[in-house]
Amino acid sequence: MAFPQPRPQVPQLPQHLLRTIECQQGAVRAVRFNADGNYVLTCGSDKSLKLWSVSRGTLLKTYTGHGYEVLDVDSSYDNSQLCSCSSDKTVILWDVASGQVTRKLRGHAGKVNCVQFNEEATVMLSGSIDGTVRCWDTRSRRYEPIQILDEARDGISSLKVSEHELLIGSVDGRVRLYDLRMGQLHVDFIGSPITCVCFSRDGQCTLSSSLDSTVRLLDKSSGEMLGEYSGHVNKGYKLDCCLSDKDTHVLSCSEDGHVYFWDLVEGSLTLKLPVGKAVVQSLSFHPTEPRLLTAMEGHVQVWGAEPEDAAVEDG
Amino acid sequence: MASDEESDEDFVSYGTPLEPLEEDEPIRKPVPVHEQTVKDEKGRYKRFHGAFTGGFSAGYFNTVGSQEGWTPSTFVSSRQQKADRQNARPEDFMDEEDFSEHGIAPREIVTTEDFASERKDQLKDKARAVSSLAALIPGDTGLLEELIAPARSSIGVELLRKMGWKDGQGVGPRLKRKQRKQNDDAVQVYGCAFPPNASEESEDDDEFAPENVTFAPKDVVPVDFTPKVDSHGLGYRGLNPLQALGGGSESGHINLFTLQSDRTTSLFGDRNSRRQRRGGIGGQAFGVGAMEEEDTDIYHKDSMSNYDTVLGGEEPGDGLYGWTAPQQYTRKKNDSKRDVTYLGRILDGFTLASEVTEIKTVYPPPDLPRDYRPVHYFRPVVDSSTVSPIVAQALLTSRGHLSQEAPQQGRHSLGSSQRRDMLGETPLQGPSSVFELLDNKDRERLNEIRRAAEEQNKSVENLSSAVDRAAVVASAKAAALRALSSRFQSVAPQPDSHTQSRTSPTRTQASSETQMALKAWSGPTADASKTFKPFAKNSQKQARYDLYINKLKQGDKDALESSLDSSMTEWERGRERDEFVRAAVLYKPSNSSLSSRFTRSKHEDDTDSVEVTRDQENDVDDKQAAVKMKMFGKLTRERFEWHPDKLLCKRFNVPDPYPGSSTVGMPKVKRDKYSVFNFLSITDSSQVSREAPSAPKPPGSSSTLPQTPEVSNKKSRWDIPGQVSEPKDPLSAFLSETRSELLVAKQIEAGAKNQTDSSHATATPEVNVAQSDGKQTEQKTEEEEKEEDEEEVRPPMDLFKAIFASSSDEKSSSSSEEDSEEEEEVAPPTSEPIQSSAETLNPPVSAQITPAPDISRLTDLKHLTVQSKPSAETTALNTQTSQSAPDKSQGLDEEEFGPRLPPPGFIPSACSPQLKKQKKKEKEKHKAKKHKKEKKKKKNKKHKHKGKQKKRVEESNSSSDDADSNSEDENRVVSTSELLQRLKNIRSKR
Repeated sequence: MAFPQPRPQVPQLPQHLLRTIECQQGAVRAVRFNADGNYVLTCGSDKSLKLWSVSRGTLLKTYTGHGYEVLDVDSSYDNSQLCSCSSDKTVILWDVASGQVTRKLRGHAGKVNCVQFNEEATVMLSGSIDGTVRCWDTRSRRYEPIQILDEARDGISSLKVSEHELLIGSVDGRVRLYDLRMGQLHVDFIGSPITCVCFSRDGQCTLSSSLDSTVRLLDKSSGEMLGEYSGHVNKGYKLDCCLSDKDTHVLSCSEDGHVYFWDLVEGSLTLKLPVGKAVVQSLSFHPTEPRLLTAMEGHVQVWGAEPEDAAVEDG
Repeated sequence: MASDEESDEDFVSYGTPLEPLEEDEPIRKPVPVHEQTVKDEKGRYKRFHGAFTGGFSAGYFNTVGSQEGWTPSTFVSSRQQKADRQNARPEDFMDEEDFSEHGIAPREIVTTEDFASERKDQLKDKARAVSSLAALIPGDTGLLEELIAPARSSIGVELLRKMGWKDGQGVGPRLKRKQRKQNDDAVQVYGCAFPPNASEESEDDDEFAPENVTFAPKDVVPVDFTPKVDSHGLGYRGLNPLQALGGGSESGHINLFTLQSDRTTSLFGDRNSRRQRRGGIGGQAFGVGAMEEEDTDIYHKDSMSNYDTVLGGEEPGDGLYGWTAPQQYTRKKNDSKRDVTYLGRILDGFTLASEVTEIKTVYPPPDLPRDYRPVHYFRPVVDSSTVSPIVAQALLTSRGHLSQEAPQQGRHSLGSSQRRDMLGETPLQGPSSVFELLDNKDRERLNEIRRAAEEQNKSVENLSSAVDRAAVVASAKAAALRALSSRFQSVAPQPDSHTQSRTSPTRTQASSETQMALKAWSGPTADASKTFKPFAKNSQKQARYDLYINKLKQGDKDALESSLDSSMTEWERGRERDEFVRAAVLYKPSNSSLSSRFTRSKHEDDTDSVEVTRDQENDVDDKQAAVKMKMFGKLTRERFEWHPDKLLCKRFNVPDPYPGSSTVGMPKVKRDKYSVFNFLSITDSSQVSREAPSAPKPPGSSSTLPQTPEVSNKKSRWDIPGQVSEPKDPLSAFLSETRSELLVAKQIEAGAKNQTDSSHATATPEVNVAQSDGKQTEQKTEEEEKEEDEEEVRPPMDLFKAIFASSSDEKSSSSSEEDSEEEEEVAPPTSEPIQSSAETLNPPVSAQITPAPDISRLTDLKHLTVQSKPSAETTALNTQTSQSAPDKSQGLDEEEFGPRLPPPGFIPSACSPQLKKQKKKEKEKHKAKKHKKEKKKKKNKKHKHKGKQKKRVEESNSSSDDADSNSEDENRVVSTSELLQRLKNIRSKR
């Protein structure tokens, strides 16, 4: 090429508080962007699930039907359905528009920690404290799961789904990667109970945070460690970690009220974003833009790269 | 032609034959066109429409099909019955005329591709290549078809090809001569050209032919053995008028002879035939056609090379012009040089071999030593138990086949006597059989009866003196039974005789087998311990069989009868008899050498097996070490085969990785159910190391604690977060240590306390105890959770209700799913029993004062009181409480498993404004608060334990201490150093 490539833009980190949403649903157990990043879903400890608009910070819908605190939520690719899981051992499939329960799936023996749609929202996968991951069919009316993955020896804390892979982190200190295409199960031993697992956006790496206050980046195919990120505090709580929109940074919640940003390659701490005094329970990164959601206690904060003038705080 | 009758059957005639012409008949007028009629094969008239309007009419009034017309096929498809794919083929639109021999798609018997010649159908190849591109797997041109295609060429052709032969080549050694063009068939023939004899020699000569290049010989046209029909001389073929008059390029010379040389060349590539075949319109008159490739040869050029200058000219160097010697002589002349060297007489018609065949060297067999005997001597197989130890040792050292001990049997397959032997117990004194209890008289009488029975059977029985007592007894039994049955014969003689007559032939047949068995087993080397045990599953039957075998070995002839169980029915005995005989013949001692190589399976593949995943995880310690060294990758990763469900694959749009298999999940294998390893869960090594100090427990613990060490071990795996969360915290290590110590002390005390309690409990009615108990719990809950509603305060009806009511209260109203609770019940956290142990130490009075008890503690209290109750009820209640206790703790302490959830309002300082704000909030205040409380409790639990332990030590002033610890709990300001200090104090005091 005749001309040198334009210098890559320095990735911007979402360090400016855009707005704070008081969710009024008890502790916010999880906060999630929807598939395109325009909406926010919050799981409350008061059994409710709420849908918010990111840009305006207004409440759009409240979904009630769970019997205990809601622990995780995921939205389908077309935003038509939600799935949520709760301490009441159920997984619920919601219709977004009407707010009705499409299906309520019982079967887990303990509280359900995490739930995820597959790419086409044909399967819901839920991981529970009972050590199983259940694959629920959204297309059929069966109330039994398609398959139960009971290989984990302890509770499932986190799971992610890619095109044909299931990444499951368990409290037994192992990250399990189920490859449906190959029909293989890869078990990576981490040692410490896993709190959160993530795929990188390019799908080649997996990120796993564990209770030894370490986030590890592993190569998906070989299981080799590519990076180790520490400095934050994660000793007792189930905290989230994630990657930034362009895979440039690794983010993790911390029990000391900060969100930690590490450079993915160098592993150095780039930013220590002060969120509040309590534990940052959950976080979610926008799929395409440098925008971050953090959940602390009863409120959710939206962070952006550029400071916004009209940061409306609604009580 | 078809008219003559003789040849009719040989020919197939088409069309209408012409009427035979008669000489004197006047020539008939041709039938005018409009009068000509055409009929189809059924005799119906066909109308001619004219060539351009479609020829003859077709169908029904020029329509398709029948009077009803053409009915279109209806497309019907249902879920059950899918409609066939309708591929309209061209044949569907043809009628039978088109399929006839002269139709457009004649159907005839043709050689299929499989049997056709090697020539490949290029069109088809192309089609296949095209279809391969469109195939699912690109490049796959019917891989399977290619693999299993039938042989297309004969084995001869295959062999030739292996030797280097190619299609179109001749067979034989390669020639120095120029390669001729092989395929001249491509030349087209137009019109009515004469077959000219044009040669291609001239152009062939022009081509470059290097000396060192050899060519394959021409393909040979087989010698035609056409009979000579003309009257020409031999080899003369006469003048071909076409050739003579044709005036082609070769017309200058006409060879009228076919000499021998000519014929031989025709064997190895026929030049003449090719020459004749050369077609095309040649000569100046016609010019060069557009399709002609060559335009060089159009002008006549004659040359002398076209003429033979010698007669029979193709034998250069022969020198014998005009005389063709027989082949062998000519060749002999060539090889004369070698033949000369051979001195002997060469037979006529033979020549010396051109190549000397190699002489195979044959090595003589090795010389055998003089004292060699071609017999192998097998050392005798001796049972070590029967041989004295010295001999056994000697045999062992001499590499003799000392038989091993009988294989270790499962506990259940052992008989009582075997177990007794293993345990080293002395056999029970006293009679082993009922018959020994009989008087001598009675025994005599029985013997008499037996003898009489024997005489009845006319079976000569010589009981050898060596027959052991059991045999006597058994036979006596049998005889007695027989006598009995004979007595009953009078009652029902008919059926019995029937059975006898029926069994008799089988017996005679079996007797030969019995003889065989006897012969086989009476040998001296037969060894019972080494024999195969065919009835190992049925120990009694096996014992009977062994007895039978033993008797056989001793040469007992009625071994079979005597060793059978007389208590069985006749039919059963008959069956067993047959089985034994057959088994004895089958597993006769000659097989003992074989059987020594096999051991019987140790596990019975019955219901005592569990399905376990086939692939087990490797050692965790290695991984732990790898993690510590941060060597992730191969050391920490493991791959397993995993079968996703078919539907799951479908939903994920992924092809099933194991299309044939029906398994789902990890492949399972059956394992012994009672193997300890099935239930051992691999725990983290760090955890193990930490557990190790707490592991040793006094033997008395099992009596007081419902949990066995195994159970607690299992529980510990749920406890990971608590321990691993503070991996470097020395506090937890201390805690676990002190816990274990406390446990020991507690168990001792618990016993004493039980006594005191029991005295206390007996004084009050049971229900009262329960009630007071329930009240206690209520008080506690009230104290602890002041905001709690009054709904929990429910007067307990009886003991059970108190237990279950309190337990159900603890559960969240909506989260209760009992069935699942029971599942989880398997693994309650370890912390519970320890905590309970600490709790039981509290006297009831102090328990009331304890400000922040856990619900689990309540159950433990109950448990305690229940234990103190009279024994009969206690057992039942124990089971109840032990079931309910983990249940309850489960419901409460769910959050113990795995990483916890942060509290709704996590405040570092006790009185944060936020908390108050939260409290004020009206919505869902109740649940949230309750939840929050639980959280707090959990967090403080550790400290509470500490308080409890301390309390136990200083039992006298427990209340004050409790308050102390409680306040500490509230403030959460106890520094670790202080706690450590206290712990040390505790230990030193103890």
